[in-house]
Amino acid sequence: MGKLLALAGNQNCGKTTLFNKLTGSNQHVGNFPGVTVEKKEGKIKRHPDISIVDLPGIYSLSPYTSEEVVTRDFIVNEKPEAIINIVDATNIERNLYLSLQLMELQRPMIIALNMMDEVKSSGNSIDVDMLSKELGIPVVPISASKNEGIEELIEETVKLVKNKAVLPKIDFCEGSVHKAIHSMAHIIEDQAKEKDIPLRFATTKLIEGDEPMMELLEVTENQKHILEHIVEDMESELKTDREAALADMRYNYIEKICAKAVVRRQETNEQIRSEKIDKILTHKYFGIPIFLGIMLLIFYCTFTLIGEPLKGLLENLIDLGTNSLRNLLESLNVADWLVMLLIDGVCAGVGSVLSFLPLIVILFFFLSILEDSGYMARVAFVMDKLLRKIGLSGKSFVPMLIGFGCSVPAIMATRTLSSDRDRKMTIILTPFMSCSAKLPIYGMITLAFFPKNAGLVMFSIYVLGIIVAILAGLLLKNTLFKGNSVPFVMELPAYRIPSGKSVLLHMWDKAKDFLRKAFTVIFIASMVIWFLQSFDWGLNMVSDSSQSILASIGSLIAPIFAPLGFADWRTSTALITGLTAKEAVVSTLTVLTKAGTDAELSSILNTILTPVSAYAYLAFTVLYMPCVAAFAATKREMGSMKSALLTALFQTFCAYVVGLIIFQVGRLIVG
Amino acid sequence: MTLDKLVPGQSGIIEKIDGQGALRRRLLDMGLTPNTLVRVRKVAPMGDPIELYLRSYVLTIRKDEASKITIKGVEK
Repeated sequence: MGKLLALAGNQNCGKTTLFNKLTGSNQHVGNFPGVTVEKKEGKIKRHPDISIVDLPGIYSLSPYTSEEVVTRDFIVNEKPEAIINIVDATNIERNLYLSLQLMELQRPMIIALNMMDEVKSSGNSIDVDMLSKELGIPVVPISASKNEGIEELIEETVKLVKNKAVLPKIDFCEGSVHKAIHSMAHIIEDQAKEKDIPLRFATTKLIEGDEPMMELLEVTENQKHILEHIVEDMESELKTDREAALADMRYNYIEKICAKAVVRRQETNEQIRSEKIDKILTHKYFGIPIFLGIMLLIFYCTFTLIGEPLKGLLENLIDLGTNSLRNLLESLNVADWLVMLLIDGVCAGVGSVLSFLPLIVILFFFLSILEDSGYMARVAFVMDKLLRKIGLSGKSFVPMLIGFGCSVPAIMATRTLSSDRDRKMTIILTPFMSCSAKLPIYGMITLAFFPKNAGLVMFSIYVLGIIVAILAGLLLKNTLFKGNSVPFVMELPAYRIPSGKSVLLHMWDKAKDFLRKAFTVIFIASMVIWFLQSFDWGLNMVSDSSQSILASIGSLIAPIFAPLGFADWRTSTALITGLTAKEAVVSTLTVLTKAGTDAELSSILNTILTPVSAYAYLAFTVLYMPCVAAFAATKREMGSMKSALLTALFQTFCAYVVGLIIFQVGRLIVG
Repeated sequence: MTLDKLVPGQSGIIEKIDGQGALRRRLLDMGLTPNTLVRVRKVAPMGDPIELYLRSYVLTIRKDEASKITIKGVEK
């Protein structure tokens, strides 16, 4: 049986870098059960019997966010052999605040004091031995990004795991808080033991007024009464409330330790440098234009400069592979239907999605640089006011912006949002940003109906998408996602040069994620669509797709769209194939109308749709549920199929309402 | 005086934190506890949120939140 360690620490303290250094690329990424909080697990280099779990980056063990609850539950329930607590030495006071709470969990613990190089090079110093003595646990100075101290940390941790007797000390309270904690500890001692919860942790949480702990311990009415009494006494002695009293007690204790162990003459060089950089990057007038410029540059590089050529190259490669597979199958005399399934179904479907891989990889290359350098936090700072009205924070801005390029990486990028609620809302709203795959649909509709105002029509649909996102956001904020908004209280970390390895690992993670989707969800979806498109109800293969099952389903659902002005079976069928990739709307319509040229398609479309219904159709195709690739990303980031289906349903509902309004109102105006 | 009224460059000592629930707890957890020295460094381009410097790190909070924090001993 292997040994389990937990890695815990604040956000922005180099936790991911340390985790990568400890485990190499030997990592497994998943979610904690029941929540969409990422759980990374890996084996420590050269110690295959010790695995380590990277807990979410948090600042406290309060009961208010799922990240914090996951962390405390994990340590209480899984009882890791030891906790490695990574502490940012340049920001030691606030980092130790979490350490004191972790110590209350009474597991063997070691502090990895990170960024010691920055402390030293700035002329400051920390007396590591003193700190260790004061806290009663080992402290190892490291610099994760420079790979310094990692071996010592592993060595010390292994030693700690072996002599597991040492538990962190917990006598860091005094005065009224001390009195309250000790009186309460007496009262709930038996329950804590029975439920196997560290007594000190349980007591502190009860004094703080922590509801989940109250339920977990099954505190009786009588005990609640005593607790209230104890807390009231403490509050009146300290002239403050319970939560403030505990926070104050911890920070006071930390200040005392730091007064002994830390010499801080000045801000670190990195902090001074950051303030200078921020003079430009979050400047009153230049801040927003610079941000938009950076995003434009990233978009240009991703979608035009590097991404498109690579995408083209990959498409050619896939074509080449597909053709050789076809030749191989034909030379082996494989049955026709199987050849078609593999070539027209699987290869075409997976291939078209696979060709997005370069875009994803390149986009995440830039995004991880933005994230790791500390700039992403500034974007949130600059853009927060804009998103607040719809109940989100500035942190959602970047994923939404990426949505204009492609919903798939946009949804994947929501992983960086620290709150579960914001993440879900952002995932739901992002696909309303018109992605680049929808451009061919714009082209088709504007050519056929609005050749003179193509630009205006396109622009109006982009704006429409944003307006729908705002309205949907307001709706969600006041219904499903009411109330429990996570406060926007965010650290602006010092700018740091991102490590190449972290960036590469991040890219690789996202690529793997995407590939897994391409070969599971999308693989199956492509086969299903191909089947529906190629067979009739008698399971005979059809040469004319207007006879296929898909076409009859299209006819069946067509009347649903009558109030929106497009009840034709061909337009409805195209909506179904559009789910594989939005561009497919165009190719399907071309096939089903038997149009030879764009001009022919235009004239046939003019017999099916009017300008008003065409505009409604365009709006609907842009807004309804995104393609399977984006759907698969939604499922993964939301953590459940049910949430993903509900999301798709909601998006399609919004699209329907908008289409309805456009057609009905438009008809009145145009006549 | 409350923290949101400070202009960039001004600093003061926290006297008390009002508000409740998750938000207040988060402010306390981030080190905005009574008797802490805090300086306002910047206001975001759109006028909100604000950038603070305390306990040798940089924190950003919205003006709404800042208005719940009472400050004493304000100096330039």
